[in-house]
Amino acid sequence: MSEGSDGLVREPKRDDNGPPGPPRRRRFLNWLLGTGAGALSASVLYPITRFLVPPELEESTTNQVTLPIRARDVAANSGQVFRFGSRPGMLIRTPAGELKAFDGMCTHLDCIVQYRDDISRIWCACHNGHYDLNGTNVQGPPPRPLEEYVVIEQDDQIIVTKDA
Amino acid sequence: MSTDGPRRGRLWDWFDRRLGLAGLERMARKKDVPVHKHTIWYYLGGMTLFLFLIQIVTGILLLFYYRASASEAYESIQFIMTDVKFGWLIRSIHHWAANLVIVTLFLHMFSVLLLRAYRPPRELTWLTGAGLFVLMLAFGFTGYLLPWNQLAYFATRVGTQIVGVVPVVGEGMLRILRGGDDVSGATLTRFYAFHAAVLPTLVFLLLALHLFLVQKLGMSTPPSVKKEAARRRPLPFMPNFLLRDLVGWLVALALIAALAAYFPAELGEKADPFAPAPAGIKPEWYFVFMFQTLKYLPPHILGIEGEVVGIMSFAVAALVLFMVPFIDRRRGDEPAHPAFSLLPYLWIAMIAFMLFMTYLGYTEAVPDLAPAT
Repeated sequence: MSEGSDGLVREPKRDDNGPPGPPRRRRFLNWLLGTGAGALSASVLYPITRFLVPPELEESTTNQVTLPIRARDVAANSGQVFRFGSRPGMLIRTPAGELKAFDGMCTHLDCIVQYRDDISRIWCACHNGHYDLNGTNVQGPPPRPLEEYVVIEQDDQIIVTKDA
Repeated sequence: MSTDGPRRGRLWDWFDRRLGLAGLERMARKKDVPVHKHTIWYYLGGMTLFLFLIQIVTGILLLFYYRASASEAYESIQFIMTDVKFGWLIRSIHHWAANLVIVTLFLHMFSVLLLRAYRPPRELTWLTGAGLFVLMLAFGFTGYLLPWNQLAYFATRVGTQIVGVVPVVGEGMLRILRGGDDVSGATLTRFYAFHAAVLPTLVFLLLALHLFLVQKLGMSTPPSVKKEAARRRPLPFMPNFLLRDLVGWLVALALIAALAAYFPAELGEKADPFAPAPAGIKPEWYFVFMFQTLKYLPPHILGIEGEVVGIMSFAVAALVLFMVPFIDRRRGDEPAHPAFSLLPYLWIAMIAFMLFMTYLGYTEAVPDLAPAT
């Protein structure tokens, strides 16, 4: 019966009479083992790391969108969010009747802004950031103005583009 | 506590005082591995464990991109295979290790059977092992559906239908398994929950018990080689046997990497519940012998449906197999009871039957399609 273990701890035999410091062959073997183990870990960890990094999605190259709304349906002193490629955009008609479009993401912490008709401002609900009708940050934490887009009205269609 | 080992520095001492590392180390070093002509079989358990660890790592990685829904599952795997860096490698390794873990599990189980290592006091080791075996098959069965391709979809229809055949509880179990009357998106999310949450939890519980028992009871020496084992010096498990284990694991890892590189996992066509079953529908290879056997059964045996008889026979056979330590009850260090001395031949006959049916399953001239339901 082998399972009746005697409880002895068997240490591998060691040569205690050798010269001080590990012998050259031992040093070489250790180097070989260490390099091998390092190479193995690298060849396992590299694919895993690369796997975890999400692949680059096609960068939104949208420079121009035609909105699915008619210009005459946009009331004065109102605003709405539209899709500008993969980003939200903010379309407003000022109380004076001018159509304007901005990037819809607050420059503070990327919340999506909304139009407040009671104060005629673009407003971010997250941290009470205010932008005026030119997209300039006028109150609250936003550090920069909203990027303004160019709006072209053509046969009642609204075309928003990044550069004229 | 730390006085009986070599000094290992203050960090070791700090943890030792709080965790009792020295005690753990004593337990780890307690086990010896007997050396005899059958020693090679002792490596299979560790090999299975290593392959399962690969499954955990690659499985967790796949979770980062996999989406468990009928409309997205197939596309997400496509994304993993084509867009994600090394995605093809991770998935192919998961695929190949999944197959190999079943291979080593079969070998592990049959070697334990033939060498009678299940005998007292190792009944619980055997039972937990049998439980792990069933769980691994369930892993394979549920994982097969997750890519949501044609082959898997129909194999799962057929495979789950088997459960419905079981008398009395079959219908209810079938609905629970499928998450409805048919295999659908609901089945996919269910299988995903089984595969990624339920089964891992159960495996960890059983595996912990299994490994604890192996460590506590030590390795079994087959009665036939007792003399040889007594003559030769046993190998300490720590570190001698473990280092040999590691070499085997490295070889396995290299083999899996090569298989994954040269034969990457395929994806096939996306599942279409309204398309006719494609030709050549087969379950995973380790279920083929059962499906093949069922095909040969006549429609009725003694007035009972042939399928019912077949499935119940497999269930009874599995039950007998799992209960074998309570049948062949002599202690592990005694010679076998004469009544059971022929037991190994029964197992060999069983293995031969499984191999033969699998062979027929793969060589049959006209592949049978999904049975009419």
